[in-house]
Amino acid sequence: MSTTPTMAFPPTGRDAPKTPHFVDDAPFDPGASEPTVNEDERYLRASALTLIWWKFRRHRLAVISALVLVALYASLPFVELIAPYGLTKRHGDFLYAPPQTIHILHEGSLHRPFVYPYSFTFNEETFTRDYKVDMSRPQPIRFFCSGEPYRFWGLFDASFHLVCPPKDGEMFLLGTDRLGRDMFSRIIYGARISLTVGLVGIAVSFALGLFFGGLAGYLGGWVDNVIQRLIEILRSLPELPLWLALSAALPANWSPLLVFFGITIILGLLDWPGLARAVRSKLLALREEDYVKAAELMGASRSRIIGRHLIPNFMSHLIASATLSIPSMILGETALSFLGLGLRPPITSWGVLLNEAQNLAAVNLYPWLLAPIIPVVIVVLAFNFMGDGLRDAADPYH
Amino acid sequence: MSETPLFSIRDLAVNFTGAGVVTQALRGVSFDIPRGRTVALVGESGSGKSVTAQAMMGILPKAATVTAGSILFNDPGRPDAPLDLARLDPSGKQMRALRGDRMTMIFQEPMSSLSPLHTVGDQVTEAYMLHNRVPPHVARDVAEAVFERVGLPDPARIFNTYPFELSGGMRQRAMIAMALICRPALLIADEPTTALDVTTQAQILELISDLQAETGMSVLLITHDLGVVANVADDVVVMYRGRIVESGDRETIFRNPQHPYLRALMNAAPHFDMKPGERLTPLREVADARLLAAQARPATKRPAGPVLEARDISKTFTLRSGWFSGQTRQVRAVSNVSLTLMPGKTLGLVGESGCGKTTVSRMIMRAITPDSGAIRYDDGDGLRDISTLKGKDLMRYRRAVQFIFQDPYGSLNPRMTVYQLLTEPMRIHNVGTEQEQFERASMLLAMVGLDRHALRRYPHSFSGGQRQRLGIARALALSPQVLLCDEPVSALDVSVQAQVLNLLKDLQQALDLSYIFVSHNLAVVDYMADDIAVMCRGHIVEQAPREVLFNAPLHPYTQALLAAVPAPDLDHPLDFAKLRSGRFSEPTQWPEPYRLACGEAGAMREVAPQHYVRLGEAGRAAA
Repeated sequence: MSTTPTMAFPPTGRDAPKTPHFVDDAPFDPGASEPTVNEDERYLRASALTLIWWKFRRHRLAVISALVLVALYASLPFVELIAPYGLTKRHGDFLYAPPQTIHILHEGSLHRPFVYPYSFTFNEETFTRDYKVDMSRPQPIRFFCSGEPYRFWGLFDASFHLVCPPKDGEMFLLGTDRLGRDMFSRIIYGARISLTVGLVGIAVSFALGLFFGGLAGYLGGWVDNVIQRLIEILRSLPELPLWLALSAALPANWSPLLVFFGITIILGLLDWPGLARAVRSKLLALREEDYVKAAELMGASRSRIIGRHLIPNFMSHLIASATLSIPSMILGETALSFLGLGLRPPITSWGVLLNEAQNLAAVNLYPWLLAPIIPVVIVVLAFNFMGDGLRDAADPYH
Repeated sequence: MSETPLFSIRDLAVNFTGAGVVTQALRGVSFDIPRGRTVALVGESGSGKSVTAQAMMGILPKAATVTAGSILFNDPGRPDAPLDLARLDPSGKQMRALRGDRMTMIFQEPMSSLSPLHTVGDQVTEAYMLHNRVPPHVARDVAEAVFERVGLPDPARIFNTYPFELSGGMRQRAMIAMALICRPALLIADEPTTALDVTTQAQILELISDLQAETGMSVLLITHDLGVVANVADDVVVMYRGRIVESGDRETIFRNPQHPYLRALMNAAPHFDMKPGERLTPLREVADARLLAAQARPATKRPAGPVLEARDISKTFTLRSGWFSGQTRQVRAVSNVSLTLMPGKTLGLVGESGCGKTTVSRMIMRAITPDSGAIRYDDGDGLRDISTLKGKDLMRYRRAVQFIFQDPYGSLNPRMTVYQLLTEPMRIHNVGTEQEQFERASMLLAMVGLDRHALRRYPHSFSGGQRQRLGIARALALSPQVLLCDEPVSALDVSVQAQVLNLLKDLQQALDLSYIFVSHNLAVVDYMADDIAVMCRGHIVEQAPREVLFNAPLHPYTQALLAAVPAPDLDHPLDFAKLRSGRFSEPTQWPEPYRLACGEAGAMREVAPQHYVRLGEAGRAAA
């Protein structure tokens, strides 16, 4: 279709002979070709939320992280079913037992998943426990089985488990601690506390951040100044000692549940400045947008401008920022509990479990006590990846 | 013997891949850039003109790939010519050696193209030293010579200044210096004057064509402005949606345009010698706007006198100069401005950036209050000072005076559907039941020529021109009497611009609206306005009915503005010699009797019926 001249040009210069005149002969219908952004009707109808979702969906790592987190949180109400043992079940014969591996091959033939049992001897020379794997007796693991009884949601008794130890043996996938309690089960139970600490803490921090950041950003002037200075002071205080001081101030006679809420509130109280700043800067930027000015010129009331124009436009950014600060809550709780100043047994969180691994000798001899670090890392990374994805998707129009 | 062109682009195709969708940005583009000539690449946004330049420079974005075609570069001084740039690795050694040395580029926004942290001299010598092994002091000498050539005063001082210390025009000159220091074979200028005021634009255009004549380089000028093309290009290539629709030399293109798109473009741009009542023909007209709008005519009382008037309004802004010094600086944005808007008429307010026209419009909207003077408004019951309005009266004023924004992208809340956007004014003012609001919204959409199905869509799904029409529909929701249009078409393509201007005209006629039309584009104001006020440095320097102002402008600033608008017409070339002298917006340099001494305000004098000009004190004494 292209009929552009391909012949060589005569000598050039301002007075040169004419450049050939070319006119495209393809049909031209301007009416039919009104330049729209995208012809797809789905795109034309899509709301901001849909666009955010489409953009988020392209961030593969974020989607995987989100799925991991959804699975983790969805499992929280059912930890009793998932954990093979109860939270406090002790095995006197298996103190500090190392992790057992699941096998499917026994003497060259395929079996259902099974474990080899341990035989325990006390080494009189080194004063250590020796667990010998008995390779002759495979003990098949049971699935969808009836095992240790528990009281489900405090409502009724049940004994159904997804996985149970072999009938005549034990199964410690991540070893046991100094009282012979199964680490794997305890980590699963610990997730309940560790994962919710972040959510409760972020709720506190979100409310505070929204309130102070909103005041600073919308009112400006001296209110803004005071809040900014307050934030700077809070941010300049060293975080860990402050946590320590505040949690040490929690009365020792509080019930574990109260302590739990105390800790989350402390974490939230110290985390809000970051969010408040995000809110403030976003508000300041949005206030300059033409559509906010348009609403002001229409005579819209303040509450309408905030409710209809400002909040919908910065909420997605805010949720992304909040997601990114959940990991610091989880890490904060873990650190406090590890130092023995956070949650206390019998409440079990990953930090409380790690508290057992404080002793260097214990870590040296029984490295599996550090296993709770693995879920902490997974959850923190997942939140970070998901938060990154959300942040990128939060503004679907750029 | 015939000479081969410097660049031969043949069947170039570029695809963009994004979100699984492949878009064809260029579909078989072929043209030549002869030696020593200026080729203008013309088209509206999205036509592929910038993509072509990026492909030539090897700076296409990541999502883009060259799928076919060749870019042959016949560099005169090279043995290996012609070189096919489309085959070279964009980040490879060969391409890097060419880029910035043999072919260079200047961009639209000179502020963001220069690094704010380095002096202008550093950046220009860096470009030189990347391609020439010379010690810094030699590079400095070369740079100062180039600064001199591009018309930067006092090259030695400019060498050590930072970009923010320079004005927009000076920055663009510095960018040109940077592009020319290696004496390239090709200069690509991507909308080099779009961000500049018209008087500065004329100077930069002259500079580019002078430099070309002097160095013998070729220039690829990318622009959407046919006026610019008519004044500097030798050859013209017109692009539309990734294809070349017409190309040829300047004479042919302007005297004998063939393709319907090019013809439409030429008819779509307002120009000065339009007959009274002559209508622009946009590429796509908004259907039935007049008809529908006529049904929607509100029953309002028409005031006998002016509907809106400003008397001697002034506004001074206070800037704090230092953190600790506590010293303040006063900037007089608007001084003693008086305007009168008659019902059903359009008042044009013209001036270059920073002249105070936006401050005036914001004072009329009561977004800021004037320091002195008064703005009065008449809704049929007599003039009232708007600064005294409160509560219900203020709400009535807000209903009666509506605003149309410049940026069609920023003025619509992206989280609201068109239905919510159009009914929001009615909700704020509690007008009508839900059913009535819905019907009104549908009618408003029809008035601006959009389909009813648009009600459920969000702003992101509309093009710039469609969004601007949505903005207009929203402004009309409350049946206002006055519309304040702040550069309503300056962000739109020419073809769309004509459509929006025609729509505004039709609506004015049908709804008996009064417009205040703020713009820097004199041709647009000429097309729209009945009366025109020219602003400079916070003053109105000349005010007259449209025909008078354009036929017999008196004030030197008005004359300069008029002379600087490039017309898309070969018979009316820009008078570069006249525009060269330079500082038209400097009141102390105006000739007598218009000269204003430093800090002097001068006074308006009626020189003919309805024709007012600002004279300096000496001038008034002489008169």
